[in-house]
Amino acid sequence: MDIVQQSPSPVAIEKGNTWVIWRTFWILLAVTALEFLIAFTVDGKLIRITTFLLLTLVKAFYIVGEFMHLKHEAKTLIWSILIPTIFVIWFVVALMVEGDYILMAR
Amino acid sequence: MASHTTTPSNVNLWGGGVEPLKASYGKLMMWFFLLSDTFTFSALLITYGLIRFSHQAYVGDIHNFTFSTEYWPVPDMVFNGIPFLHGVHLPLVFVGIMTFILIMSSVTMVLAVEAGHRMHKKDVEKWMLWTILGGILFLSCQAWEWTHLIVGTEHGLQVKDVWGNVSRTVFGANMVENEYGPPAFADLFFFITGFHGTHVLSGVIINIIIFYNTVIGVYERTGHYEMVEKVGLYWHFVDLVWVFVFTFFYLI
Repeated sequence: MDIVQQSPSPVAIEKGNTWVIWRTFWILLAVTALEFLIAFTVDGKLIRITTFLLLTLVKAFYIVGEFMHLKHEAKTLIWSILIPTIFVIWFVVALMVEGDYILMAR
Repeated sequence: MASHTTTPSNVNLWGGGVEPLKASYGKLMMWFFLLSDTFTFSALLITYGLIRFSHQAYVGDIHNFTFSTEYWPVPDMVFNGIPFLHGVHLPLVFVGIMTFILIMSSVTMVLAVEAGHRMHKKDVEKWMLWTILGGILFLSCQAWEWTHLIVGTEHGLQVKDVWGNVSRTVFGANMVENEYGPPAFADLFFFITGFHGTHVLSGVIINIIIFYNTVIGVYERTGHYEMVEKVGLYWHFVDLVWVFVFTFFYLI
């Protein structure tokens, strides 16, 4: 990381290296377009939900990894952010199952 | 991790100026704040999932779909409006535009951060301004979407009393009832998109403050544009949450 520079140079650099940013943008756009395509063409309920969730995770990976720069942080920081989110996965599974039971009990 | 840096002695380690995880204090705090916000949004979205699963799903041909409080509505049939094209069935198009706006403003935010690394004040200003514009545009779209849902359709939903006679007609959605489906559907929609919209609004306000600071040269004097990076993290998080809201509300 080069944010905290040892001696900040007052001279601005004119041209930046932005191709990674634009590549990430095109990937996000392509994935969203693909989601639209699936929403209008594919019929199966289970296959739709699974692909939508997977594609959402792909988008999340690119936003967090590239835009939020987490991919390039220290390993310890990456894990201290990622490991707690495992609880969310458990939360999802637990409450979806619970929701099914509530429907049966109604 | 710290193989190429000189290990500070124990005295120096606690003497300040050492960055754990090689990130500044402000950035770490932002990361852990966002982690806690992740849990808040997960709780909301999972509640949506739970309540949706505890309602009947619509079975049958999508072309014969009608709104009813008996089952959860199909999102394509609820969110199908787009400004200036009244009465045209265009599912997902408007929310697609909103998603594009937010992703685009996320891109301009990274470009602002990148310009900050280069110490290029003019570029930071330019990209911050685009980001603010994107945020305002998104909020305006959301205001339209809410109005569309609250006003409802022309024919509304006819509510039958216990004897099966039509007693009255419900138009649009509010917290108690709505013409699209079970009351919980509108409640969750307004609560979750409202909570996300509040995040966007505060993001826009913070972005404006940072833009102002950039213009008056605060960060040029400090010698780095790390503040831009910190609000950038927040802004991308808002975008990230929208990606999930989009999937759960509009796609699934």
